[in-house]
Amino acid sequence: MRAAVIQFPGSNCDRDMAVALDQVAGNAQTRIVWHKETSLPEGLDLVAIPGGFSFGDYLRCGAIAARSPIARAIVDFANRGGYVLGVCNGFQVLTETGLLPGALLRNAGLKYICKTVPLQVETTDSAFSAGYEAKQRINIPIAHHDGNYTADAQTVARLQAEDRVALTYLDNPNGSVADIAGVLSENRRVLGMMPHPERIADPALGGTDGAALFRALANRMAPA
Amino acid sequence: MKARVQVMLKQGVLDPQGEAVRHALETLGFDGVESVRQGKVIELELAETDAGKAEATVTDMCEKLLANTVIESYAVEIA
Repeated sequence: MRAAVIQFPGSNCDRDMAVALDQVAGNAQTRIVWHKETSLPEGLDLVAIPGGFSFGDYLRCGAIAARSPIARAIVDFANRGGYVLGVCNGFQVLTETGLLPGALLRNAGLKYICKTVPLQVETTDSAFSAGYEAKQRINIPIAHHDGNYTADAQTVARLQAEDRVALTYLDNPNGSVADIAGVLSENRRVLGMMPHPERIADPALGGTDGAALFRALANRMAPA
Repeated sequence: MKARVQVMLKQGVLDPQGEAVRHALETLGFDGVESVRQGKVIELELAETDAGKAEATVTDMCEKLLANTVIESYAVEIA
């Protein structure tokens, strides 16, 4: 698998994401790509947009990053069928680019929440979630102030009907509509999720519930 | 030419910050505040001198960046 991690000013999970891809997915060549680049490295399978506070969350979380030079290349890559994973701020960026529907609002309780939360895997029909069992319960940390997923009722019904809700919260921490913690694009190759699988993908980090996501990606892609 | 953009969460989108402000006002003894909605104001200084063109340009800016029309509505004022 050939992967790249995008780095914006204010990204802070870029290195963790690259380590997870390198160690868990067995990819020794994860590239870090700066936001001012106008193109992605050739031959990529996966682009990962990491967590953090890109551009200080100015205007709206992810809004400025979604208009940065590299964002256009990411949208083109996704439209050509490339795989894109957005975690936390990366999920916010993906909704701001329009690659994923909906938006992420301030948490209903107004507090920044940093804790490990129980989730349910809602679909195994994607390169990201194929390594889990249907309806498997997993524990993954969240760390966000703006993770309250919202979309109009029609969009939520469509996501559910098309089996595009990837993950739900078992104990909704932020007010997200229909307990949604992660959603897939129509072609199932773009995943946005608020929980951080890269933070729980190594026993030394206290758990490995996130590792199956990276292993499943590696299994789906050709070896680098 | 100056432009003033007001961005608000759409009606129907829950505004937890507005609700927290309403609650704080109540704590301070301001009774009868039934609802608070919080938004933002963006001021722009433009080289454009034609008000119609300025409004069209700023509207385009709102659609592309200043507002997220999934959750926000906007109003443009040219002065």
